Amino acid sequence: MDQAHPSEQELRELMITGLEGDGAAHRTLLERLSGHLRGYFKHRFARIGHGPTEAEDLMQEALIAIHTRRHTYDRSQPLTPWVYAIARYKFLDYLRRTKASVRDVPIEDASEIVAHDDAVSIDSDLDLERLMAGLSSKARQAIQCVKLDGLSVREAAEKCGMSESAIKVSVHRGLRALTVLISRESRA
Amino acid sequence: MNTDRLIDMLSTNLEPVKDGQLWKALSWAIVIGLMAAFGVMLVCFGIRNDLAAGNHSGALVLKTVFALSFVGTGAAFLTKSIIPGQQAGHRLALIFLPFFAASAATLAMVVRQPALASGGMIEGAAAALCLFCIPFLAIIPFALLIWAMRRGAPTDLRRSGAVAGLVAGAIGAAVYSFSCPSDSWVFVFLGYSGAVALCSIIGAQLGPRLLRW
Repeated sequence: MDQAHPSEQELRELMITGLEGDGAAHRTLLERLSGHLRGYFKHRFARIGHGPTEAEDLMQEALIAIHTRRHTYDRSQPLTPWVYAIARYKFLDYLRRTKASVRDVPIEDASEIVAHDDAVSIDSDLDLERLMAGLSSKARQAIQCVKLDGLSVREAAEKCGMSESAIKVSVHRGLRALTVLISRESRA
Repeated sequence: MNTDRLIDMLSTNLEPVKDGQLWKALSWAIVIGLMAAFGVMLVCFGIRNDLAAGNHSGALVLKTVFALSFVGTGAAFLTKSIIPGQQAGHRLALIFLPFFAASAATLAMVVRQPALASGGMIEGAAAALCLFCIPFLAIIPFALLIWAMRRGAPTDLRRSGAVAGLVAGAIGAAVYSFSCPSDSWVFVFLGYSGAVALCSIIGAQLGPRLLRW
């Protein structure tokens, strides 16, 4: 790592605290990353003539990926290259599935991800309710209870008649399935 | 969908994340893969029957260690290949260290005793046989490795697939060495390396389809 961006240290601390289960730190991290990712994708998309809505879609997909794959982050390493690698993968994957040209995607360096920041949020074309309809009923119920209604895992387990670990697994699998559904949506 | 709502959803009731999950999944895939492949070898090919007499244990150890050394070097890259931002780049060449060491040794042997290289048709047939048997034994380990890698986040799918194929092929080769009728090092070397390379090429082809997330 040559010149680390000043936000690297803060973002990394937020990530590590979030990994320990601190929801507030995780929220702040995702908010900050959403700005960086939005800027990054908008910039990338502008070069190939795509609009801001597609950038917002992909940013949300990348955000869910960062959340569901956060166990792959090695706490002893800097965070920016990890986030950047995911963003770049999602961008290339988007180009592949929409059959856009991959040829004009230069290999940038990881600092590019923090060089962009864009706080102007617009609604993406993704409809959470419609996406949720594509999940298994177990996953849908678990996400509804724990992630949207804010019930604790224990309360959700009682309400849905599942064990606590089944709830946790359903939430995790459901969120991962959501990214698959989102990527299918943008292929169409 | 509004991004704030998405972030709300993702950070509500956050579960702590345990360290070392990926490493654990990969280790299990390799260990169970080895055992499963050994079982398949016992059923389909059987252990070479003159092995119990102990006449060929030297050659067996050599073959097994050669194959396992690929599992060792490959496994180091497996973990890296499923962590975003940690692709090893040029150091990937280290994976071929066992191959280079063995080729140097083989070359030295052939130069000293050219007779070794002319082992005859029977040895040639044995080498051809292992090109079929080793990839066959690698199927279950490959499936297990893909399962474990899908828990991570590979970003270069072709390369990750190639490394998975290589490690699976090496597991197949290590197991096949218990059944392999050939003791001629030159043919073992060519046959095993060829079979592992074949597995790696197949893995690279399958990677983008199996590992996408």
